[in-house]
Amino acid sequence: MNWPLIALVLTISLPLLGALLAVASARFGDWIAGVIAVGTLAAAIGLLFFVNAQGAVTLAVGGWAPPLGIQLIADGTATLFLSTTALIMTIVALFSARSILRRGRNSREMHLFWPLLLLLWGALNAIFVSRDLFNLYVGLELVSLASVALVAIEGSRRTLAAALRYLLFALTGSLLYLLGAVLLYTAHGTLDLGLLAAQLGPDDGLALAAITAGLIVKTALFPFHVWLPPAHAGAPTPASAVLSALVPKASLYILLRVWFDAGPIETASVAMTFLGALGAVAVLHGSLMALRQQRLKLIIAYSTCAQIGYLFVIFPLAAAPAVIGTTGADAAWQGTVFQALSHALAKAAMFLCAGLIIEAVGHDRLDRLAGTARAMPMTMFAFGLAAISLMGLPPSGGFIAKYLLVNAAFDAGAPLWSMVVLIGGLLTAAYLVRPLAATWRSPKDDPNELPPGFVDVARRRQLLPMILALASLALGLFSLLPVTLMGGRP
Amino acid sequence: MSQWLPVLILASSFAPAMVTFFLEQNQHRLRNSLNLGGALIKLGLIVFMLAEVAQGNAYEVRFDLLPGAFILLRVDALALLFMTLSALLWLLTTFFAIAYFDNKPNLSRFFGFFGLCVFATTGIALSGSLLTFFMFYELLTLSTWPLVVHKQNATSMAAGRTYLRYAMPASVALLLAILWLEHLAGPVEFVNGADLSAIDPTTLRIIFALFVVGLGMKAALVPLHSWLPKAMAAPAPVSALLHAVAVVKAGAFGFVRVVHDVFGIETVTALGLGIPLAMLASLTILYGSIKALGQTGIKRRLAFSTVSQVSYIILGVALAGPLALIGGLVHLVHQGLMKITLFFCAGVYDERAGIRQIDQLDGIGERMPWTSTCFTLGALGMIGLPPMAGFVTKIYLGIGGLESGAPWVIGVLAASTLLNAAYFLPLIYRIWFRSSPSKDRPGERPLGIIVPAVITALASVAVGLFAATDFSPLGWTTLIVERTYRP
Repeated sequence: MNWPLIALVLTISLPLLGALLAVASARFGDWIAGVIAVGTLAAAIGLLFFVNAQGAVTLAVGGWAPPLGIQLIADGTATLFLSTTALIMTIVALFSARSILRRGRNSREMHLFWPLLLLLWGALNAIFVSRDLFNLYVGLELVSLASVALVAIEGSRRTLAAALRYLLFALTGSLLYLLGAVLLYTAHGTLDLGLLAAQLGPDDGLALAAITAGLIVKTALFPFHVWLPPAHAGAPTPASAVLSALVPKASLYILLRVWFDAGPIETASVAMTFLGALGAVAVLHGSLMALRQQRLKLIIAYSTCAQIGYLFVIFPLAAAPAVIGTTGADAAWQGTVFQALSHALAKAAMFLCAGLIIEAVGHDRLDRLAGTARAMPMTMFAFGLAAISLMGLPPSGGFIAKYLLVNAAFDAGAPLWSMVVLIGGLLTAAYLVRPLAATWRSPKDDPNELPPGFVDVARRRQLLPMILALASLALGLFSLLPVTLMGGRP
Repeated sequence: MSQWLPVLILASSFAPAMVTFFLEQNQHRLRNSLNLGGALIKLGLIVFMLAEVAQGNAYEVRFDLLPGAFILLRVDALALLFMTLSALLWLLTTFFAIAYFDNKPNLSRFFGFFGLCVFATTGIALSGSLLTFFMFYELLTLSTWPLVVHKQNATSMAAGRTYLRYAMPASVALLLAILWLEHLAGPVEFVNGADLSAIDPTTLRIIFALFVVGLGMKAALVPLHSWLPKAMAAPAPVSALLHAVAVVKAGAFGFVRVVHDVFGIETVTALGLGIPLAMLASLTILYGSIKALGQTGIKRRLAFSTVSQVSYIILGVALAGPLALIGGLVHLVHQGLMKITLFFCAGVYDERAGIRQIDQLDGIGERMPWTSTCFTLGALGMIGLPPMAGFVTKIYLGIGGLESGAPWVIGVLAASTLLNAAYFLPLIYRIWFRSSPSKDRPGERPLGIIVPAVITALASVAVGLFAATDFSPLGWTTLIVERTYRP
């Protein structure tokens, strides 16, 4: 038996199979999702250790190598994304079991939520192991459609409007991406990234620009972020957690793969600087918007807009002439992957915390949250730990990301880019202290008072965001394994 | 086994803190024994290590985070100086806090963060590299915030906001300084210092300035001091710990490390950075004292006194000579003992007699004799009356100033002593020589709130009286400085 290959196949097929089963017998969606989640989590973590021990696992589908067939490759970075996704999805599934079930076994939510969640999971995993522009396109489309449907699940007028806006942006992004892919195929006769790597040159500028533009629309990089806050804040909370933590990472992952596996980064330094600049503006704009919000979920959603900006600093850093072939390029790559992973864990934790608060208090308006920290200390502790990771303070994955990116900026001879991360951290602190302080405050200055209308939430469920928050801290403390898996700049 | 001593010492405050978070409000006995037990174990471990380090042994634990980035815990004589102080005062403050809070709400949360705060302070003392130092320094910021805003009312929330508004930008400056320096000189361990020969002086000066901002904020160096008086909104045990060991001392300790173990005195002198830093410290000393004169609240006057006194340490470090360094280092301990005494007493006055303003102190000496005696001893020590702790410091700083060619330091010390007298003597006068409007005697009970103050007050007399012995703070700092200057 070739266990690594089986694990690789399972990470994609299990969630998709689960999605089908959940459609067929919607009444037991929660049970199906639970079993599938455990299986996929085990497969992903097993794969991670296989890859750590023996190197990347390659599967030529149907036994045909490229250019004839399609290859799935699980390298270190891919397995890290697979495992992080599996952890978040499992926690989200456990978290949702209760809140979805409350609407009844025959409810609309029960029929829609589980198949969509599992479909999204399968599509994400497919993206992480694909190295073929068309395969990636299919994954991307599935991700977008599942996400849009998840946003619309409640069916209220507000969420439908948000979903529609999201759909328009997603479709535009897909079209641009498809255009680029078609151009590349016409020019080079292949869509495999490994084969394209040797062939891309200045003539492919338009194609690469189209692909990049399409992907940054889906990643919600400034100025294409306007769809994100209403969609992520309007979706049911468990869905928000997945949408904010994982979905933008999928398109970013493709963007990184395209440019770092195949793209001529060094010759496109102007374009790369432009991407970096957009990232910097995203950090600034997202943070300032987050500072102005009065609702917790909106703050967290705008925080995603801001944090996505960090992920684009890698482009100018990797393109800088001083950095090529040095450890600085590796540091930039590792820092970006660390940021993507730790943001995913921390952001999912934060949305789940927000979900618990809404369950307990009935709303998420900051000005009426006084006393919440006293009423549900574990939740707010998890929120605080997640905030530490997002601010990039030690010891957390966010800090390691900041450390690596600042080092890379110095190595690249462009220390100004480090300011994006450093000042970004400061702004993050500014907007995340607001909800922390708002919940810490006592109502009527009486430390024993609980928030009005408070309904207790089970300790068990408060533990779920805590696990994710601790995972994002652990990423910073036990960072040797992840950094070995990431390897250097591809 | 003994290799793991530094880790055990850290665990002795971390583990109780973590368990405490999960305790219910009414599990008083378990919570108290956990925290006191942790503090006692820690003190025991430290006493053991004092003997070892005195013989020249050193402990080291290294834990890799990334290739080239590691957490390094190292026990040396300087680390032990700070750690002994923090362990001792933590134990006493825990006693005090248990008695002081009695059955007030949110105690598990309080003691949890309190333990984390001490964990971070110990980590700062044990840090063997700049990066490790930064990690614990940040942890200290984070674990202090919940203590500052413990009362959860509008004033304390505002104090917490101000605290973070100063702390966060300072931490960015510190991180930038560290990463910039490490980019140029490689990972910096305190034991060998950084190799700065290849770096141009202007860059070094900018990096040093960033360090001053990053550390000066916690050490309440003017103009980065305003958060400290505001943080008085915290409960008394927090103020005591904040002013004596945890936050301000972490900043001052950082200055010792950066000037001596990172840049090295020769480089600091060659770059012409010592004297400007000494001047900034002198300015802080005088400014803090003058501001203290104008305060009418007891705790606020004490707070500005801290602003002033902590800069004695920085002054000693910046003067870059052996005697001045001894003066600065020994003040790390002396100021801690005296200031914590004053804060314990201020807490007792407030809690038992409702006295917060200076003009309410009239005649309190007769009514609360124990508290008032301790307060008086602490205040006299601060003024520098011989043979108390503050006197020893000032002598060494003064001679050190002459030795380093900065005779104006004597003037600063003299002016500061006068100012200290001017803002403490009126209090002592009111306590003992004015008659009280009321005759009732507020009880100085339970023992837990008064015994710690008595111990620290006696200690602050003893460290002055027995300064010449080997294991006095002065003896120990002399050992540290001898090891630095005669390797």
